Amino acid sequence: MIPILFGITILSFGVMHMAPGGPAEAQMEFSSKASSEARERLRILYGADQPIHKQYATWITKFVTLDFGVAFADGRKVKDKILQSLPITLTINLLSLGLVLMIAIPIGIMSATRQYSLLDRFTTIFVFVGFSTPSFWLALLLIYLLGVQWGVLPISGIQSLGIDGIEKWSWRWLLDVGAHLVLPVFVSAFTGLAGLSRYMRNNMLEVLRQDYIRTARAKGLPEREVIYKHALRNALMPVITILGLAIPGIIGGSVIMETVFSIPGMGQLLYQAVFSRDYNLAMGILVPAAFLTMLGNFLADIAYAFTDPRIRLR
Amino acid sequence: MNKNQKSESFFTRTIQLLLQNKLAVLGGAMVLTVFVLSIFAPLIAPYDPSAIDIKNILMGPTLSHPLGTDELGRDVFSRMLWGGRISLEVGFIAVGIATLIGIMLGSLAGYYGGWIDSIVMRSVDVMLSIPTIFLVLTVIAILEPSIINIMIVIGLTSWMEPARLVRAEFISLREREFVLAAHAMGGTDTRIMMKHILPNGLSPIFVSATMGIGGAILIESALSFLGLGVQPPTPSWGSLLSSGKDNIEIAWWLSAFPGLAILITVLGYNLLGEGLRDALDPRQRE
Repeated sequence: MIPILFGITILSFGVMHMAPGGPAEAQMEFSSKASSEARERLRILYGADQPIHKQYATWITKFVTLDFGVAFADGRKVKDKILQSLPITLTINLLSLGLVLMIAIPIGIMSATRQYSLLDRFTTIFVFVGFSTPSFWLALLLIYLLGVQWGVLPISGIQSLGIDGIEKWSWRWLLDVGAHLVLPVFVSAFTGLAGLSRYMRNNMLEVLRQDYIRTARAKGLPEREVIYKHALRNALMPVITILGLAIPGIIGGSVIMETVFSIPGMGQLLYQAVFSRDYNLAMGILVPAAFLTMLGNFLADIAYAFTDPRIRLR
Repeated sequence: MNKNQKSESFFTRTIQLLLQNKLAVLGGAMVLTVFVLSIFAPLIAPYDPSAIDIKNILMGPTLSHPLGTDELGRDVFSRMLWGGRISLEVGFIAVGIATLIGIMLGSLAGYYGGWIDSIVMRSVDVMLSIPTIFLVLTVIAILEPSIINIMIVIGLTSWMEPARLVRAEFISLREREFVLAAHAMGGTDTRIMMKHILPNGLSPIFVSATMGIGGAILIESALSFLGLGVQPPTPSWGSLLSSGKDNIEIAWWLSAFPGLAILITVLGYNLLGEGLRDALDPRQRE
């Protein structure tokens, strides 16, 4: 695990620093008046005058003590900036994850237990369409239909402009924020829905072919019990693994979703960080995310061993 | 079993199985239609894709402009035909790059095992832990968004799946008798890898490449949407969609049709890939 984490930091750091023109140049681009001395002072301030391995060493020694440094753009602590954006992105993704699990698992079970039925055929087509739909296109169409044409839902930001006066967590506030979240959550869930229901169906089909299912049926258990007790538990396990690996995809999806809906979350933060060459900020988002991915995989492995005695025996 | 059936080649058998699969046929038809339309774009397109017509800007779909016109009066249908060429090009070349890298790294890892395998597989883990979009954004921000760079970047960030597939094939094939026989006859490692093992393990790579084309087209459109893909005035479906979003409130057709083209194309490759998987995988047959 440690070598992978090390590789992640080196790769991200290397890619970011490959760029000609560091943060000093990116900041100065807009003010051509800045003298070369001022630029040099900024470079020294950011440590950009050091050779790259030294910069990496400085950065990583701070990073392991959880000191993410300050963002170049406004001098605020990276940690604070992240903690400010994180709840928004987290809320959207948790809601959409909940939605996906709630819909995809029953769909998967139903289309597996009734393979080649009308429902199965329908969901198969839905799944393929879902896979192939550009999410930002779907978002645009929904913005046009629901926001512009019918005017039933707000289409950008996470709250209305005049909402600041309203008390946080009051009903009106919740309603307003909730309305803003409907489209982003739905669109984020859409692609995941397709993937997970297909995955669930295939797992379930695989499990239903196993000998122990035949045994369960042969000893006269009701079909309900066979499906929901014997088959479902085994079919759900691989889903745990998928969730661990989903984190990078969620970040990628957030960049696009938050651009479409102008939501000030982690995706936008990463996008801006990459463009202004804000090394500290970008690394502060990426490395913890990569760490979480690895942790997710690790926990999935443990959960697997916990739920599947065959793995423990090995 | 009659003689005719016995002489059936692997290729014709696969095609026959594919033709029995309705969804795969549908997917193939979609892929073929888009392909033909893009190739013959110069002949089919009713207008010059970059001809500006100030008198007819932002016109909805009409008989003379079947998919409407954009903010400069350019014909959306013609631009989409030409844009299809770019999008398909990006898809094919990016997948080509990814597959080549995947085959090289995967076969080395699977054939030699040991520390080479460890290094390759850890690299796969590293690449899978970093959001692809970050790598793509950063590299494009450095290299300037040109079509070539986009192809390379998408290729460089999507070799992990082919590498894993090739490695798995090599591991399962490297101890088989025909490989041992090739060793015994004094075949060099490179020859055994390329001539004996690889051709026997190509099926999953075909499937992943077919679906990968759809994936690459989606990534290209997402990049263009963020303003980092193919740059205007060059049309690609992604860049058309991206410039369409600015006028979404008054001209829905500018966003709707390019997105539909992406959907149809990606859907076609996914259906075809899934059909190919079923046709090539004997376990799936009943």
